[in-house]
Amino acid sequence: MTAPALGRRALAALVLPPLAARAEGDGWAGTLSRARGRTVAWHAWGGDERTNTFIAWVGQQVAARHGITLRHVRLRDTAEAVQRVLAEVSAGRREGGAVDMIWLNGPNFLALKQAGLLRRFADRLPNFALVDTVGKPATVTDFTVPVEGYAAPWRMARLVFIAEGRRVPDPPRDMPALLSWAGRNRGRFTHPHVRNFLGATFLKQALFELAPDRSVLARPADAAFDAAVAPLWSWYDALRPLLWRQGRVFPESGPAMRNLLNDGEIDIMLSFNPGEATASVTAGLLPASVRSFVPAIGSIGNASFVAIPLNASAPEAAEAVANFLLSPEAQARAEDPRHLGAPTVLDLSRLSPAERALFEAWPRGPEALAPDALGPALPEPHPSWMTRLTEAWERRVAA
Amino acid sequence: MGTPRRRLSAALPALAAAGAIALPVLGGLVGTLLPAFGVLPAIGAEAPSLEQWRRLFAEPGIGRAALLSLSTGLAATALSLLSVALFCAAAHGSRGFARVQALALPVLATPHAALAIGLLFLIAPSGLLLRLLSPWATGFDLPPDIATVNDGLGLALLLGLVVKETPYLLLMTLAALNQVPAAQLLAVATSLGQPRPVAWLKAVFPLVYRQIRLPVFAVLAYSVGTVDVALILGPSAPPTLAPLLLRWATSPDLSLLLPASAGALLLLGVALAAAGVWIAGERAAATVGRAWAAGGRGIGAAAIRAGAALLPLSLLLAYCALAAVALWSVAGPWRFPDALPERLQGGTWAAQAPALAGPAVNSLVVALVATGIALVLAVAALEARARHGPAALPWLLRLSALPLLLPQAGFLLGLQAALLALGLEGGVAAVALAHLVFVMPYVLLSLSDAYAALDPRLPRVAACLGASPARVFLAVKLPLLLRPLLVAAAVGIAVSIAQYLPTLLAGGGRLATLTTEAVTLAAGGDRRVLGVVAVAQAAIPLLAFAAALLLPAAVWRRRAGLRA
Repeated sequence: MTAPALGRRALAALVLPPLAARAEGDGWAGTLSRARGRTVAWHAWGGDERTNTFIAWVGQQVAARHGITLRHVRLRDTAEAVQRVLAEVSAGRREGGAVDMIWLNGPNFLALKQAGLLRRFADRLPNFALVDTVGKPATVTDFTVPVEGYAAPWRMARLVFIAEGRRVPDPPRDMPALLSWAGRNRGRFTHPHVRNFLGATFLKQALFELAPDRSVLARPADAAFDAAVAPLWSWYDALRPLLWRQGRVFPESGPAMRNLLNDGEIDIMLSFNPGEATASVTAGLLPASVRSFVPAIGSIGNASFVAIPLNASAPEAAEAVANFLLSPEAQARAEDPRHLGAPTVLDLSRLSPAERALFEAWPRGPEALAPDALGPALPEPHPSWMTRLTEAWERRVAA
Repeated sequence: MGTPRRRLSAALPALAAAGAIALPVLGGLVGTLLPAFGVLPAIGAEAPSLEQWRRLFAEPGIGRAALLSLSTGLAATALSLLSVALFCAAAHGSRGFARVQALALPVLATPHAALAIGLLFLIAPSGLLLRLLSPWATGFDLPPDIATVNDGLGLALLLGLVVKETPYLLLMTLAALNQVPAAQLLAVATSLGQPRPVAWLKAVFPLVYRQIRLPVFAVLAYSVGTVDVALILGPSAPPTLAPLLLRWATSPDLSLLLPASAGALLLLGVALAAAGVWIAGERAAATVGRAWAAGGRGIGAAAIRAGAALLPLSLLLAYCALAAVALWSVAGPWRFPDALPERLQGGTWAAQAPALAGPAVNSLVVALVATGIALVLAVAALEARARHGPAALPWLLRLSALPLLLPQAGFLLGLQAALLALGLEGGVAAVALAHLVFVMPYVLLSLSDAYAALDPRLPRVAACLGASPARVFLAVKLPLLLRPLLVAAAVGIAVSIAQYLPTLLAGGGRLATLTTEAVTLAAGGDRRVLGVVAVAQAAIPLLAFAAALLLPAAVWRRRAGLRA
């Protein structure tokens, strides 16, 4: 759908008489009118303060625009919300559930989609027409799983490395180089615990680089798993004793790792957000001497989604929030490194010039990657790889 | 005690109080037991099986996790008790003694999570202690690569538990000291030539210990089953048993509820084993102690005096931890090894205030509801006993200790399932109900001492003057009990604010309180924000205790005689 078409649809929604009936045919205006006055419980990982602040801003916006109260339920682990939905449904609660919207992707999305517990809504959102589904295929294929409208993208994620520039003038650009760097700088690198998505992504990045045959990664992990991961484990077994705390303890999350870099406990951290360095320097969470870099081969990229459980209490209001997240205004704020620094999911060419102007060139210091230095986005393997990698890693580390 | 009806009305308050405690615990235990043996119809598991036990024991590191729970639990209890005993032995009766008692109360009131976060800020390799000492004393320009927190042996967890539980045992000991003839015993023992600290340990401690045995076992069960302190300070690969279970219980894979329940049963077993080891230790200590006491020689005074420093040291750590969270909450940029932030700022408070208002209100509402119900039930039960004799309250006190003697995860997992099945889970009511299980015993214990200590002559005199039981209660007992009632309320609020697992499980993750926010952020959030949340969390019980201690003074200005 092009922008004029979108305009026609919005116009049609405006001129249509509001329908009192809860019919599906009353369009977006009907959705918005049913959304008004409702409260949306958005279950979203609460470990990142800037994301929390962004979500609070979204709350103010949807309250002003649509009369929706947004409640951010801060999760330690996204799986908590998934489990809640599954538990409610298995206890027979088919509506009025606790979870209206979840920030998720990967195995959590697959678990709910496979169980048939998600509402199909994303392709009906007016702003979905602005999403760059071709240039950013991760917006419609999550970890090789077709999204099919069961979740709406709201931010892009790319694995980037951030180094303390004064101590790492020449950062390692591939996994063998990282290993030899770690050998020369014992205890100065680590990765988040693999239960955390960023820790798992680090392993997937290494897997992608080291696997003898990458094509198996796109399929569910089966008998090919052991052969594919063997080089990864021999590399990792060499790396692990060289890590921070001899690889016996791992930071819980990306922000925990950022604390370590800021405190000088480590020299290189990971982030899923290309704008992280700028945003964190601005917020005083990292020193101005940090520098971003990516592996030469490219880095794992994916999209973050919001999904609405079938038993949500306020599904229409959740749709309105999801649609607002896709608005040029929200996307521009998310991409602004002073706020979030998360790349937009939109295709800027589909925006009006005024909307495009919101995505001005952000202040970009020496800590950030030049726009053309981000390199290619590597595809996520099938979710089962993440699940099995996590299990196998826990077995090795706990042993 | 005449008719059955009269007996029923006498027993009713006790039954209500007992029900508030026992039903959730017993329901929770059943809700844990059935899935532990494969029965959880909600997820389609209907035939009993042992498969989940195989899954449980196949978990990498499960043995070590169980061992860690056992060892940190036993060590934390032993160290806390030891530091209290040595301190009391050396300092009982001195002027510093009363002062330390006053210093212990705020630490007791501080929620576990806030204190653990403070310790994290203090003792981490990049923490305040090393910042103060670096680089001038240590030579560190960068934090050393030493696991001073989240260490594999659980030493940081142990420290956190000791710092938190020592004040509790100290205050319990002080209460017990009022119930034993300590002065006479000391006089006799010192007249027999024993140095004062030795005399205290030989003659007074055995009697005191008998009085505080229940709190000691409560500390043991709590330490074995702690979740929030373990998440913040404990090891991660593997963690202790309780956080490991929580991970399964909140996994998207519902079938993991079965091994989680089996694990909860294992945790109960570990707690039981810890109690067994402790009881064996008690026997051994009694034998050795009796020989020591009978030996008559007054050796050991110097060692006791040295060990007496443990408790003030642990209090000092607690205060430094609180100072660390307060400092971080107003810190600007603050990099290692700077001893102080580059500048102070109120911006973090201002920025977080809107987001924290909701959780703060939730914390308060839950605490007030749970404490209010607990106070009413406890006073009713104790008043019934006072009027109708002990028959009205035969087993209530013993039963009320039940939830304190079990590791929380042991029955809360099952309670969550039960609440869910009843459609009750998720709201303020469910969380307050779950909190009541833990608030009720402390309120009851705290009030029953005060009721027992009530001078029986005063109500008797009032009754002789023709006052009805209701009038005696309202005009004589309540004013006499004002201070204990307020303290019990503050205890209830402090207990409620500190609860993490009951909030998480009964609230279905939906009810955000300051405690759940603090534990969530402790996983690596911005320390300044974490500082704000921890200070806010600690402020509620501290203010409650301050009010409980200051209000009676204001009310009693005209009743100076009641102070005695």
